[in-house]
Amino acid sequence: MAAMDYFAQQLINGLVLGSVYGLIAIGYTMVYGIVGMINFAHGDIFMIGGFIAMISFLVLVSLGLTAVPVILLLVLLVSMAITALYGWTVERIAYRPLRHSFRLAPMLSAIGMSFVLSNFSQVAQGARVKPVAPIITGGYTLHEGASGFVVRLSNIQIVVVLTTIVLLLLFTWIVKRTRLGRDMRACEQDQTMAALLGVDVDRTISMTFVIGAALAAVAGMMYLLYYGLVDFFMGFVAGIKAFTAAVLGGIGSLPGAMLGGLAIGLIETMWSAYFSVEYKDVAAFSILIVVLIFMPTGLLGRPEIEKV
Amino acid sequence: MTAAAPDKSPATRAPGIAFILKKALASAAVALVLFSLMIGIRTEAGPTGQLIYWTRFGELFSVVAAVFGGSIVIELARQWLGPSDTRQLIPSSVQNGLAFAGQFVAPALLIFALLVPVIFYNQRYLLDLSILVLTYVMLGWGLNVVVGLAGLLDLGYVAFYAVGAYSYGLLATTFGLSFWVCLPLAGLLASLWGVMLGFPVLRLRGDYLAIVTLAFGEIIRLVIINWASLTGGPNGLSGIPRPTFFGIPLTPGDDGLAAKLGIPFSPTHRIVLLFYIILALALLTCWVTIRLRRLPIGRAWEALREDEVACRALGINTTTTKLTAFATGAMFGGFAGAFFATRQGFISPESFTFQESALVLAIVVLGGMGSQLGVVLAAIAMIGGFELFRGLDQYRMLVFGLAMVLLMIWRPRGLIGHRAPTVFLKRAQAISSDLVKEGHG
Repeated sequence: MAAMDYFAQQLINGLVLGSVYGLIAIGYTMVYGIVGMINFAHGDIFMIGGFIAMISFLVLVSLGLTAVPVILLLVLLVSMAITALYGWTVERIAYRPLRHSFRLAPMLSAIGMSFVLSNFSQVAQGARVKPVAPIITGGYTLHEGASGFVVRLSNIQIVVVLTTIVLLLLFTWIVKRTRLGRDMRACEQDQTMAALLGVDVDRTISMTFVIGAALAAVAGMMYLLYYGLVDFFMGFVAGIKAFTAAVLGGIGSLPGAMLGGLAIGLIETMWSAYFSVEYKDVAAFSILIVVLIFMPTGLLGRPEIEKV
Repeated sequence: MTAAAPDKSPATRAPGIAFILKKALASAAVALVLFSLMIGIRTEAGPTGQLIYWTRFGELFSVVAAVFGGSIVIELARQWLGPSDTRQLIPSSVQNGLAFAGQFVAPALLIFALLVPVIFYNQRYLLDLSILVLTYVMLGWGLNVVVGLAGLLDLGYVAFYAVGAYSYGLLATTFGLSFWVCLPLAGLLASLWGVMLGFPVLRLRGDYLAIVTLAFGEIIRLVIINWASLTGGPNGLSGIPRPTFFGIPLTPGDDGLAAKLGIPFSPTHRIVLLFYIILALALLTCWVTIRLRRLPIGRAWEALREDEVACRALGINTTTTKLTAFATGAMFGGFAGAFFATRQGFISPESFTFQESALVLAIVVLGGMGSQLGVVLAAIAMIGGFELFRGLDQYRMLVFGLAMVLLMIWRPRGLIGHRAPTVFLKRAQAISSDLVKEGHG
């Protein structure tokens, strides 16, 4: 049964990691759905979110707050708000002027923005890894095997998964039921027509970036809580993996992004557990390539038809 | 200027001081929120491992003030320059003169490049710098085949550079093969990898292709780091032999080149040799590219860049076309990599990060995608700029990123912004309506 226990533990870890990837992937998928570009800087927005969560947490604790739920809620709100503004600014500066430029321009500008964000945080906060003491401790023992291997579900894992589920439901509701969501879906189908019918396209696109960045901030905070560290370079690899998740789930699809995130999280964890830790990133990147070759529309995506 | 020209009096165009101030204040407010925590508070791991922080409100204030001032300046500049195109600022006679002078830029640069080791013989630093610039010119020209001609956005070009460097490094240190034997092998291996990458990505387009090539570049780097028994892992590969003058080593000994020529030995000889090797390689790249553009395959690349669907409709085999573009670009990357290895004598995975790919891509884009001369000017501007900012090392990539964004906004077509296909009809031909009318001809 030890093997089963080990597997169960890896399953839990993989799902938690997958939730973080899923949250980032939603940002990629929403932006791609509406503007049709890969927001290359999105991984770095996630990193900025982690940094802001770390700093605001530090400040709140030193101000004398002790109630953990209050701190967590405040940190969540602060990092979501500020990171959302980062998302808005990036769109305003680097993407909006290029909306009618040639095909590769937004992509290159996004790469530039990614460099700006990661190097900005290196310059502003130093290159060294920032460790944070565990904030949420404790957990439950689910099963104790005869060999002494313990399957644990820690409180932080519960928090990460619950937050993800709540936010996913919230944003699905926004996209499906609210005015903003309707505008977003309209822009996704046909921007010109949406504009003719009175939808403020610029504002809708801005809001898409804001929402994506806010979710990335949550992902950054969860990453901080779960792993207890942030560094300026973490956005790059996490970004590519989350993009892989978005592609795997079918780009443009919200549940697809979450599903893809979970799949990538599981694959990465299982690969580390059963094959080799060193090659876990290689595995994730290879999956990206394989998925794009054999099913470019992903699990839940719609096929893209090119018109001449 | 005729009366019908748009009225450019400030009264109708300038929105007024209040508007500018309001805009600047809004920018400053946004900046204040953005930077409040990131700049206003500095964190660092303390001596006990716990995080400590201190405030930096002075810096925060100056950055916000800079944003305020900067946005006023930008707004004013926008009003003064206006949206009118900049061509009007330069009189046509000057433009014609520039176009005339432009014909001589390339030959002049070539002659200058040939003379560089003569002029700067005693300035080692400048020689090293020009070798570096030429390496990037070569990489830029190589990538230009893929991005500029075939229109395939490749974000993993550095992978081929790495393959070339490691091919030479491993072949030379393991089997003792000389540089001149390994150079074609390195190119061959790199182009083999180009084909291997090319096969799976043939079905992808645009952004997807970019991400897959990026992933491929990262995979190569990760494998190099982790396959320590072969590549030396993160410690890299050292003791890579220096190039010889077709078998004659450049050593102070009796069998060295200096002794054979009967001149006193100097370490600068090696630098000069390296310079001419990379110059020759770069010129080879340029020459092959220019020749290929005149062949059917080059025409097919350009057609592919302009419209893939139309290409297919015209019966061009897009698979072969893409594969050859990848293989050709990769081969030049491999040559450059082998040169890099022999020049450094030491290679490690750190030299082959995504930043390198982005830098080469930026050179190609800044040069105006497809322009050979543009790549040269862009490489000089980029590498020269990096050298100028050497003192501000930590801000270097920040400035680089900002420059990339601003470049895309202001001059998305690059410095020399022509992307005209090599073949086109000389003049529009009037077609008789008899020929196009329905039911006729």
